[in-house]
Amino acid sequence: MSKAPKKTDANQEPPTTGHSWDGIQEFDNPMPRWWLWTFYACIVWGILYTIAYPAWPMISKATPGLLGYSTRAEVAKDIASFEEANADLKEALVNTDMLAVIEDEELNRFAVANGSSVFKTWCAQCHGSGAAGAKGYPNLLDDAWLWGGDTESIYLTVKHGIRNEQDDDARYSEMPQFDDILEKEEISQVVEHVLAISGQEHDAALASAGAMVFEDNCSACHMSDGTGDREQGAPNLTDAVWLYGGDRDTLTETVKYSRFGVMPPWSGRLSESDIRAVTLYVHQLGGGE
Amino acid sequence: MSNYLKLIGLGLMTLFFMIAANYGRDLAYQVHAILLMLVTGGMFLWTLRQTDEPKVSKEVLETEYMDGVIRYGAVATVFWGIVGFLAGTFIAFQLAFPALNFEWAQGYANFGRLRPLHTSAVIFAFGGNALICTSFYVVQRTSAARLWGGNLAWFVFWGYQLFIVLAATGYLLGGTQSKEYAEPEWYVDLWLTIVWVAYLLVFLGTIVKRKEPHIYVANWFFLSFIVTVAMLHVVNNLVIPVSIFGSASVQVFAGVQDAMTQWWYGHNAVGFFLTAGFLGMMYYFVPKQAERPVFSYKLSIIHFWALIFLYIWAGPHHLHYTALPDWASTLGMVFSIILWMPSWGGMINGLMTLSGAWDKIRTDPIIRMMVVSIGFYGMSTFEGPMMSIKAVNSLSHYTDWTIGHVHSGALGWNGMITFGAMYYLFPRLWNKERLYSLSLVNWHFWLATIGIVLYAASMWVTGIMEGLMWREVDAQGFLVWSFADTVAAKFPMYVVRGLGGVLFLSGALIMAYNLWMTVAKGEPKAAPLAAAPAE
Repeated sequence: MSKAPKKTDANQEPPTTGHSWDGIQEFDNPMPRWWLWTFYACIVWGILYTIAYPAWPMISKATPGLLGYSTRAEVAKDIASFEEANADLKEALVNTDMLAVIEDEELNRFAVANGSSVFKTWCAQCHGSGAAGAKGYPNLLDDAWLWGGDTESIYLTVKHGIRNEQDDDARYSEMPQFDDILEKEEISQVVEHVLAISGQEHDAALASAGAMVFEDNCSACHMSDGTGDREQGAPNLTDAVWLYGGDRDTLTETVKYSRFGVMPPWSGRLSESDIRAVTLYVHQLGGGE
Repeated sequence: MSNYLKLIGLGLMTLFFMIAANYGRDLAYQVHAILLMLVTGGMFLWTLRQTDEPKVSKEVLETEYMDGVIRYGAVATVFWGIVGFLAGTFIAFQLAFPALNFEWAQGYANFGRLRPLHTSAVIFAFGGNALICTSFYVVQRTSAARLWGGNLAWFVFWGYQLFIVLAATGYLLGGTQSKEYAEPEWYVDLWLTIVWVAYLLVFLGTIVKRKEPHIYVANWFFLSFIVTVAMLHVVNNLVIPVSIFGSASVQVFAGVQDAMTQWWYGHNAVGFFLTAGFLGMMYYFVPKQAERPVFSYKLSIIHFWALIFLYIWAGPHHLHYTALPDWASTLGMVFSIILWMPSWGGMINGLMTLSGAWDKIRTDPIIRMMVVSIGFYGMSTFEGPMMSIKAVNSLSHYTDWTIGHVHSGALGWNGMITFGAMYYLFPRLWNKERLYSLSLVNWHFWLATIGIVLYAASMWVTGIMEGLMWREVDAQGFLVWSFADTVAAKFPMYVVRGLGGVLFLSGALIMAYNLWMTVAKGEPKAAPLAAAPAE
């Protein structure tokens, strides 16, 4: 290998190719050796790599490579190793009463970790990654429950969902649209009544008239005192917890047009152990009964 | 006589676009039909006014370079650059502050509509105009010949602007075929094909009639870029329109074949549009500005052929760990890694061209811009092969790291080399003694460089962070984070990224002012331009 001429001396420049375009000339320098050898090394490495791994397409299938590597096999192996490690705990989770799981420290820790991961993947989109909910999506951290907050109730809600068409066992109830049933005046009276029983600022005269309207039209589900009925998913109207909002405008909208929150059933998508796990995760968030 | 034929053609076209606007099945198509009706109608009226008027003969000297179209191209480059940077900065803040997806602008100016507007504005409008105008400049100078085809070059320029307007308005109105960097619908694709073939003819025609014995290296790169982009564009946009009166169409390929075709296209849009084309730019403007010979002729030959041979196979690395078979994934990765050195050949040739003129980095901010540009080129062409390695890709894929990588290439390499070329071109195209202000170039240089560093660094941090968060599992194999957690964690870096964009945009605005003042107030130069072979 001949040494490149020294370029420190401006008078000893390397020869050019003799071409010139618009004043641009080209030196006849050799390719830098480090560049060339790195290039060769990459090519050699590339050939070796394609021998080791699946690479060259042939007539019916590609060369499998000497290492027998496959991305699908790799991920299946990863999943299988966790499945195997957790198999006993999963089985125990399915076969143990959920209240008993809470008492079993190891099993409960497993269930909550499993449930947390299920929740973050499937439930967080609506209920929030911290389970604090959003407008129309219940907060799961507090102790206000629409359909019950004990393990069995949460389990049924997760498994079958709410007001969906896919699962016949889904929890179901439907609030009427009172726009068609009540007079405009009656609606504003009943709204003032709800503001009154929830301890908010209200018009006393309208509210007392509204009490009658409430008794006639709302008490079958929300109870006479407005504390709601979990059998029907009818919310308690006397506390400060609101699914859609407790201000005058939102309440008027709710009374007039009703609400119809839907939750999908998870029985087809999640395994029994995952449903139990996420039930226990939600149960231990703070409001579990 | 030819005017009468023109009038008949334009009249029929105007009529067709009227009918199309009437029968159009979707908003984007209807708006485009009206737009095209106005364009062809306007041309009809203009032609009518010219017909049977005494000809004001403008003598075209074959010895004169055709620079009018290049002047328009240079202005368009700066204009679209600022549009693209502005859109990018705005959508960066939309990601940090979702409230900027204004309720009243839903369906037009939300992130999903503006994002392709930004990418296309920067790549195709800014980059494309830069490539077309510099290639026209370079091919004339290095061939010592006027552009071939007379007014065909003007057709290429205006046709390309029409393509940009159709593409951009289409995105905002929802006319997209949802292929990244190939979003325009079928009729816009057809139009671009026509314009691109005209571009190829002008370029190739000029090379054929060159007065120099050899074809300069910059022209090899430009030519490979034009030819390959034509091929990529046609194959990736093979669709069957649902109706001639609607923008919807059905892809010819389906499933993983469609994905592979798309990323064969997508990767080579980077390889040939943003790499080969811009290397052509680099190979002319760096030696000219440095006033030094190119470092090595041998290196330029070897790295050119290696680059264009290898790039075309590297696309599958965009689809690691997907439905793509393992063998294709392996080949994509292997070709990407072998591509490392051929890419660096361009960096070496660019940087080493400065040997003997290194002092100019201190005195000439334009050279400094070009050097930083080549530096970013070297960095992103190392980062790219590294990210194509499956193990690295399993962390980096779908994260902001990819976005940071693209931007260190696009802002650093493509942006800076284009700025350098514009600073070189403007005084020469308008026959001015010098630029209005070198100190403003200096400001532009620092604002842009710091902007890119903020951008790339923040995206490395968020990219690696979210990659690690997505894959984090506890001892029992359960995911630790929800997706929303990873989004929330990125907030501070999203703000930093937006600020980087603000700096880069400010630099570009300073450049626009500087170039404007050069044209408006610059001291004229005495000697005229002439096309004579250099000795």
